Amino acid sequence: MRVEKFSYDNQIVKLFMIAAVTFAIVGMLVGLIIAIQLYIPELNLGIAWMTFGRLRPLHTNSVIFAFVGNIIFAGVYYSLQRVVKARMWNDKLSQFHFWGWQLIILAAAISLPLGITTSKEYAELEWPIDLMIAIVWLSFGANMFGTIIKRREKHIYVAVWFYIATFVTITVLHVVNSIEIPVGLFKSYPVYAGVQDALVQWWYGHNAVAFFLTTPFLGLMYYFLPKAANRPVYSYRLSILHFWSLIFLYIWAGPHHLLYSALPDWAQSLGTVFSIMLIAPSWGGMLNGLLTLRGAWDRVREDPILKFMVVALTAYGMATFEGPMLSLKSVNAISHFTDWTIAHVHVGALGWNGMLAFGILYWMVPKMWGTELFSKKLANSHFWISTLGIVFYAVPMYWSGIAQSLMWKQFTPLGVLQYPNFLETTLQIIPMHIIRSFGGLLYFLGMFILVYNLMKTAKNGKFISNEEAEAAPYEKDDDKLKRGAIHRWLEKRPVKFALLSLVVILIGGLVEIVPTFLIKSNIPTIAAVKPYSPLELQGRDIYIREGCVSCHSQLVRPFRSETERYGEYSKAGEYVYDHPFLWGSKRTGPDLARVGKKYPNVWHYLHLEDPQQMSPGSIMPRYPWLLTQTLDITTTPAKINAMRTLGVPYEKGYEDFANQDLEKQANEITKDLINNGIPAESDKDIIALIAYLQRLGTDIKVNQAIIK
Amino acid sequence: MLSEHISRIEGIAVYPIISLITFFIFFAAALVWVFRLDKKYLTQMENLPLETNFDNNPEGIKFQNNSEI
Repeated sequence: MRVEKFSYDNQIVKLFMIAAVTFAIVGMLVGLIIAIQLYIPELNLGIAWMTFGRLRPLHTNSVIFAFVGNIIFAGVYYSLQRVVKARMWNDKLSQFHFWGWQLIILAAAISLPLGITTSKEYAELEWPIDLMIAIVWLSFGANMFGTIIKRREKHIYVAVWFYIATFVTITVLHVVNSIEIPVGLFKSYPVYAGVQDALVQWWYGHNAVAFFLTTPFLGLMYYFLPKAANRPVYSYRLSILHFWSLIFLYIWAGPHHLLYSALPDWAQSLGTVFSIMLIAPSWGGMLNGLLTLRGAWDRVREDPILKFMVVALTAYGMATFEGPMLSLKSVNAISHFTDWTIAHVHVGALGWNGMLAFGILYWMVPKMWGTELFSKKLANSHFWISTLGIVFYAVPMYWSGIAQSLMWKQFTPLGVLQYPNFLETTLQIIPMHIIRSFGGLLYFLGMFILVYNLMKTAKNGKFISNEEAEAAPYEKDDDKLKRGAIHRWLEKRPVKFALLSLVVILIGGLVEIVPTFLIKSNIPTIAAVKPYSPLELQGRDIYIREGCVSCHSQLVRPFRSETERYGEYSKAGEYVYDHPFLWGSKRTGPDLARVGKKYPNVWHYLHLEDPQQMSPGSIMPRYPWLLTQTLDITTTPAKINAMRTLGVPYEKGYEDFANQDLEKQANEITKDLINNGIPAESDKDIIALIAYLQRLGTDIKVNQAIIK
Repeated sequence: MLSEHISRIEGIAVYPIISLITFFIFFAAALVWVFRLDKKYLTQMENLPLETNFDNNPEGIKFQNNSEI
């Protein structure tokens, strides 16, 4: 048989690996800083871009897209070449992909602390960066398909299906969730509003977890675990079954992020049902991984790489069991908006993604440098310090989440809230937050052990930039459609395979989203709900810029404990002009859906200047720059125009007068502040933010009769 | 709350039912598919990342059954 000689490109894998480790350290450091800020708010040093609201998206984005993203690309570029027996299709495209992705990360690292954000979780980057992401992502896809097409191996291994599904689905998610109208270079409004925006966002958010943090990692697991264990995967049949069920089911489950919200009940229930069903394919993957080690468990004792992988799979199993449980309405009623969610995602991120990534790094580096791992002992220390870190992180977060939630819901025998002051529940969980940051610190320190060990390993070996290989060329034969050969036929054809994956994920996406668009005209328009005034609109954008949504929800759920604390529960019709929606996913501070007119202007002024003045012990950071920064009103006409395009009923020509109304309202608030002894100026950011806060939830407050 | 408004959409109840039936059919088909795959092919695929390919290395098949490894 004729054998061709070729080489694997290790250089590109090395680049992605270095980037992954670097951004892991950066992302974890930012996480550690904001974790400490939750009990020492002064740690922002009084600097706007160091505050929690702006750093939190930087933390999530750098961990998800910079650390996990780069390790995915490193692992894919390593394993894909080897299972299809071909070098990457185009070296230049590989380089473009690498540098393009790092440029996106750089743009994120600059823009997010500056407050340039869409506020949609895990999709915070503004539209110019969204476009960059689309281009770079497509280049990755082109390179992957190019490589698969010129392969020398007839069949496509299961890992590659996961890579293909990842590429296809992330493309769809990114495009659909990023449809927005630009208002200048650094600002945009999503075309969706309120309930629709929430549904699209969490369809995206949930599937970003599914198709960025899960499917590519399962692909990596299917390659690197058999390699590390030196034995084939437990069941190839199971892998086929769990692959198709997983991608089919995952896409439906998004609405479980919106239980008890103003989202239609049927969509909530659909989210719950599919979430429960998800346990099966998720555990199928976990068991397939763990059972691959059957008969080799003795090696897990000695081999740190296998240890990392076993803990990763176990964490995956725990997180994918917990997820469906959190989708049960009764559990969600307690867990939602609390630290429980934070614990859940970190079992996934630190346990599943982190530990698998470390295992892969410890496996790849010696191979690519043609040597042995420098120190097994150090790798073992890293394993233990990370595992302990996860425990110290997750346990206190579960504790604090449940404790705080129960405090929110506690009534006295007389039927009034036992802890009417939100702050009391916050102060109760501070010890838990301190222990959590200790857990985070342990995990973070482990990274330096990894870096040292890998650098030493590299020094002992010599980097093999192009690894020589040989294989017989793949002669395309016309495979007859024999009995039971359909899947074999399919998996020889990557493009058709990708199309089928696309159809599978679109079924779920369409059934879930289309009806919600149909209700657009059916959403109960509440006559009292009016568009925001120009000043309130500007104030809302400051709320978005400062990342207030990171800690404050705007959604009162229909529980007595919430209506007692916050007021009337939220209605879908109240959000029809909210581009974007700002429901939030975490209550580090109280809900703000009905905060309007609850406190006088002067309270908000002093509270934003220094929260401790009004709420001693508050962990909210100070916002002194809002008092001094001048509001940019040149953007008002463009914002009014954009909103009108999106269907907000501002009269034609209103953009020309909007700033007059804005100044009028600003002067009224300023006058009120001055009367209360505050030397306020009407052209500052804070006036707009106060105007927005005072408006929140008041439309139906002032006119209760209309909503009946 | 919103369920009354959503019920105004014609045939809304059919959506969740469609989803469940679609999935059931899909899953059943996948199950049949998987169990009709032949053993030789499965062994070959399982060993693919271990680079003990059938075509180039007919001994590769022995690898899986060799308990020494």
